[in-house]
Amino acid sequence: MAKSAAAADKRKTSGDKAPAGSTDITMAGAEILLKTLEDEGVEVIFGYPGGAVLPIYDALFKNNQIRHILVRHEQAAVHAAEGYARSTGKVGVVLVTSGPGATNAVTGLTDALMDSVPVVCLTGQVPTHLIGNDAFQEADTTGITRACTKHNYLVKDGRVLQQTVAEAFHVARSGRPGPVLIDLPKDILMGEYAYQSAGVTEVAQARYRPSTKPDAEAIKAAVAIMKRAERPVIYGGGGIVNSGPRASALLQQLVEMTGWPTTLTLMGLGALPASHDKFLGMLGMHGTYEANLAMHGCDVMLNIGARFDDRVTGRISGFSPKSTKIHCDIDPSSVNKNVAVDLAIIGDATIILEMLIDEMKRQSFAPHKPSLVKWWGMIKGWQKRDCLAFDQSGDIIKPQHAIKRLCELTTKHDVYVTTEVGQHQMWAAQYFGFEQPNRWMTSGGLGTMGYGLPAALGVQVAHPDALVIDIAGEASFMMNMQELSTLAQYNLPVKMFIINNEWMGMVRQWQELIHGGRYSESYSASLPDFTKLADTFGMKGLVAKKLGDLDDVIHEMLAAPGPVIADIRVAKEENCFPMIPSGAAHNEMLMGPEDQAEKPISEEGMVLV
Amino acid sequence: MTNSDVIERHIISVLVDNEPGVLARVIGLFSGRGYNIESLTVAEVDSQKHLSRISIVTLGTPMVIEQIKSQLARLVPIHSVCDLTEMGASIERELALVKIINSGDDRIEALRIADTFRARTLDSTLESFVFEITGTSSKVAAFIDLMQSLGEVEISRTGVSAISRGNRIDLSAK
Ligand SMILES: Cc1ncc(C[n+]2csc(CCOP(=O)(O)OP(=O)(O)O)c2C)c(N)n1
Ligand SMILES: [Mg+2]
Repeated sequence: MAKSAAAADKRKTSGDKAPAGSTDITMAGAEILLKTLEDEGVEVIFGYPGGAVLPIYDALFKNNQIRHILVRHEQAAVHAAEGYARSTGKVGVVLVTSGPGATNAVTGLTDALMDSVPVVCLTGQVPTHLIGNDAFQEADTTGITRACTKHNYLVKDGRVLQQTVAEAFHVARSGRPGPVLIDLPKDILMGEYAYQSAGVTEVAQARYRPSTKPDAEAIKAAVAIMKRAERPVIYGGGGIVNSGPRASALLQQLVEMTGWPTTLTLMGLGALPASHDKFLGMLGMHGTYEANLAMHGCDVMLNIGARFDDRVTGRISGFSPKSTKIHCDIDPSSVNKNVAVDLAIIGDATIILEMLIDEMKRQSFAPHKPSLVKWWGMIKGWQKRDCLAFDQSGDIIKPQHAIKRLCELTTKHDVYVTTEVGQHQMWAAQYFGFEQPNRWMTSGGLGTMGYGLPAALGVQVAHPDALVIDIAGEASFMMNMQELSTLAQYNLPVKMFIINNEWMGMVRQWQELIHGGRYSESYSASLPDFTKLADTFGMKGLVAKKLGDLDDVIHEMLAAPGPVIADIRVAKEENCFPMIPSGAAHNEMLMGPEDQAEKPISEEGMVLV
Repeated sequence: MTNSDVIERHIISVLVDNEPGVLARVIGLFSGRGYNIESLTVAEVDSQKHLSRISIVTLGTPMVIEQIKSQLARLVPIHSVCDLTEMGASIERELALVKIINSGDDRIEALRIADTFRARTLDSTLESFVFEITGTSSKVAAFIDLMQSLGEVEISRTGVSAISRGNRIDLSAK
């Protein structure tokens, strides 16, 4: 104790030279941290306390700018910050303690990395002189999180703390966004250092400068390709949403200038209104027939902010074999990673779309009318297959119908949707139409069960008056349901809409299709009575057991002022279609139960995830 | 766009901030994404700006080599990534210390070969030598091969250090 105080004393005297115009005030590290968060515009932190971060919690106690939301598990803190970030476009902030606090955050950080969500995670650490000694609650946090953050820092010198925090925010939000972690030893939090009132931002932004403005020549080349297109398709992704709402508006403008059919990835939903007549629906493994066949048969593919994920492409050798591919992405490492493209445009989606539209106007771009009409004719034919049709007969609620009704009954609301992972997630993507960006929060890249509830919590904190719904599966829901307590504490009126099929439905579906119907360990046994569960947390609990209950339950859920758990008992063995089985190509889709038997999954497909 | 499946050997020279964890970041990138590292060397090259240079020799198809470069370039502490193999003329050198234990004719032959390879003798006992050899990796490998046929051998290699020819200097910030 005496030793670290002396060390702190020594540091007080040694200040770095401050830039001109800045006044230095001496403060404790924890106070500098909070002050810098304020400078970065932080309003909310999602966190959980512990020994190593007590100085920060002490400073928070005295701070009245920053609100702290106490979660019940550190993984949930990160997902909540993700929900906050994705629904606002701001950086989400997490605060957890050393050791178990940090390791619990790892899943959330990986999730944020895979889905490019800007998050800054502050972790406590044992004091610098104990690092490496296997001290109580010590973990090599920067080592553990190196592969699941965009960047991370261990602050070993309090004089660079402010700078480091400012750079962390810059890195998290610039270029392709992502999670950044700062590991903060306790002695650094307690030591006294100079806080600089000016000049920090410039230095913080100097080191990381990803290029956002595309090469004008590449834009010209793209328009030249687009002019020749006879069977074009626009394939948009999460990069459009990440770029900000203006990118989505520009996408719509581009779609209307060209009249081109447009599909979106799971992460991109909402970038073009679902009701738009040029929208073909989502593509990929559970995408629509028309979107996947348009991708397969197109001659020009314009990819904006999507990364040719394997859930989208299916078997690479059979992916869109005849097209000239243009790939717009902010991250050069996404280009030619999975799919070799003909033209790459590196930059921010908003700027790319602006320049593209300008260049099209300059070159008086006009779509190739007769071929486009013919192409739309083919697409309309595919749309006639009505691939999302389902049979809601009888008294048992079909999961698709439940989500469709939920969407129809909430169109007048200011609605945000999160999901867990599984069949319900895919049905939500298929049947809940998103008209705007930033309204749809789902774990795409990592596929993290337990994402939806804490993410909804974070969304509701950001938008207190909005309708926030977690479309959940009963198994996923149980992975982070401790957060019910958080919802109760802050009276966050999240509506939990559980598509309860009593199965890990997506696992059951794969076992049915690929493993001979041997349902190994995929049954959701010993489920709680969800209405009673709601009751113990002082929430409303509702259950819909038959078709006739559904609308009433939805109405009652929407009318309730606080959080609600709605247990929607659905058909137990329903499968999610269409489906491109793993190892198959876009034109080898299974359309429904009849196809299952006819098209067995290949040997190579079986090893794929 | 090259579609070739041919495996190429590239020397990539990376200028990085000399800060804790930077080497782990680079190595973790290679292991995490399944890229090859044939050799890797690192040392500080600018003590004022705290910059280090990492020279990496890697094998991969053109598409993988492109990936490696763009993945490296997105790491925050990395200032520049140069593909010396692609940039044309460059010089590569590796140093190895080779200890050989033998006797009789083999010992004389080892000394003779060391001389033809311009290896220096750094240490000698009645039954051993330590040679220092500098050259391209293939020259070093050839020397080691010969030594191995002449006795019991212990080897320490530095890995490749490389630089471009001509008057261009790479100390550029990203
Ligand atoms: C943390 C985690 N563990 C395991 C999985 C594998 N997994 C994917 S979907 C699924 C079942 C989800 O069941 P449920 O939440 O009930 O959704 P349903 O498919 O029935 O709609 C499982 C176990 C996962 N995605 N995430
Ligand atoms: Mg289920």
